[in-house]
Amino acid sequence: MRAAEVTCMSTTKRSPDANARGFNRRNFLTTTVASTMTLTMLERSRADAAPAPTAQTDARAPMTMRLRVNGRDHQVALDGRTSLLDALREHMGLTGTKKGCDHGQCGACTVLMDGQRVLSCLTFAAMAEGRDVTTIEGLAGPDGALHPMQQAFIDHDAFQCGYCTPGQIMSAIACVREGHADSDAEIREYMSGNLCRCAAYPNIVDAVNEAKSKMKRA
Amino acid sequence: MRPFQYERADSAETAIHAQRLAQGESRGAPSVRAPSQYLAGGTTLIDLMRLDVVQPERVTDINALARTASGRIEMGPKGLWLGSMVRMSQAADNADVKEHFPVIAQSLQLAASPQIRNMASLGGNVLQRTRCTYFRDTSYTACNKRNPGSGCAAIDGVNRPLAVLGTSEHCIASYAGDFAHALIALDATVEMAGPSGSRTLPFAKLHKPLGDTPHIETTLQPGELITAFMVPAKPWAKRSLFLKIRDRASYEFALASAAVALDIDGGADGSVRDIRIALGGVSALPWRAHEAEAALKGKPLSEATLNAAAEAAFAQARPMSDNAFKVELGKRTLIRAVREAATITI
Repeated sequence: MRAAEVTCMSTTKRSPDANARGFNRRNFLTTTVASTMTLTMLERSRADAAPAPTAQTDARAPMTMRLRVNGRDHQVALDGRTSLLDALREHMGLTGTKKGCDHGQCGACTVLMDGQRVLSCLTFAAMAEGRDVTTIEGLAGPDGALHPMQQAFIDHDAFQCGYCTPGQIMSAIACVREGHADSDAEIREYMSGNLCRCAAYPNIVDAVNEAKSKMKRA
Repeated sequence: MRPFQYERADSAETAIHAQRLAQGESRGAPSVRAPSQYLAGGTTLIDLMRLDVVQPERVTDINALARTASGRIEMGPKGLWLGSMVRMSQAADNADVKEHFPVIAQSLQLAASPQIRNMASLGGNVLQRTRCTYFRDTSYTACNKRNPGSGCAAIDGVNRPLAVLGTSEHCIASYAGDFAHALIALDATVEMAGPSGSRTLPFAKLHKPLGDTPHIETTLQPGELITAFMVPAKPWAKRSLFLKIRDRASYEFALASAAVALDIDGGADGSVRDIRIALGGVSALPWRAHEAEAALKGKPLSEATLNAAAEAAFAQARPMSDNAFKVELGKRTLIRAVREAATITI
């Protein structure tokens, strides 16, 4: 993602009323949905009228942030470079979430953010402020009863070394909730972001199939 | 990773203002060296920061813009409006997008993994960086995208995944995305906001040919932010598809891909009224195959016309030591995609 592009092109001409004539959202959608639409700030004012946002003044100074993980608030002071994954593992003692590649290629670090599965290695901890994070530690009930997906992984021997398993389970729960677990082929496609070097894939598919029906009943 | 200042912006103006403060006089420098970056999903930026390819001093988190118009998908009589902060998975699962612009939904659904699709924004997606190993690995000094004038380690290196179309003697990096090919095929428009106000541009004008400045990848100006994409509702949009050929069945970049949108006279046996073809995996930037389109327009889809179109599309191809297979693979991908598009009933 590199929206802050630097170029030496200077040929593009802008006119102040380009928006009025141009192909923008307002005139693009006018006839049906105009009444329900609000104008964006962007369309109303130029950027230079905006107030300056707040930023840290020293890039090396720790940032104080409040992270909500498994229903508990954690107040932490972290270097801005800290990934959500490292914040969980190194600063909150939640080592269930695993670091595999640290580059968004293996899925071992999968957690839920506001219910959506995401990669905690490619998320700065600061980006998770104000969001609800769920990790593998947050699945079992208060009495220790395992989540149906956890139980299904055990019952179907859906792992060998177990390192990818927390990520697999978080991803599998989201896969079922998204409605992307209707067939074996669909489960395989929508679990493709979680690699398993032990190749427990057939058993993982079985586990997801079984947990799917239990999750629906629950 | 190098230290950086992190800040959040809750509107496009605050984001642009913050970037303007930080950009300074950086025109002409490689975009990877921009001192300030917008942060959306983070799936490219954080990865490249960890690799030390991108080294921003300041990062402006724009995820809060997902709560503005930039986070919305809207259908109108003239077409589809996609906010730049819509996540890939939202657009891929949207019923209107799937029904009226299948090539867009498919290009997104076939890309990356479910986790990455939940994170990555559409605006960031079109700006994703090449997967060229020599670009991503800073131990190679020769990379004209990272270090202008340093040369290209890929030209005489391991270049199997790299481009055969739109390359130059200075760079053969392939463009990694899929969605951009769907946008270019469908004549989409991109809307941007920046320090001098908003503007719109044909999507085909967003990415720049490599030429002798492969480090300047787009026509975005410093501090400019993509706010939306607009896709016109045209007769060809509904009969459209994205075909992706790759080493693995899922979660892999394309070796060759084709985005096809077809308007055909009286079903599969009729002649082509209009056709839009874009080719991915084989190209250095989002790539519209105008020559192939011209070879098919007004003609029936036959083995002869399809072969002629495929030949035309790759007539200017420049294969390297390891990727000559992409010329044949690209041709077959194009032909199969057009044939499959013709069988779609709408």
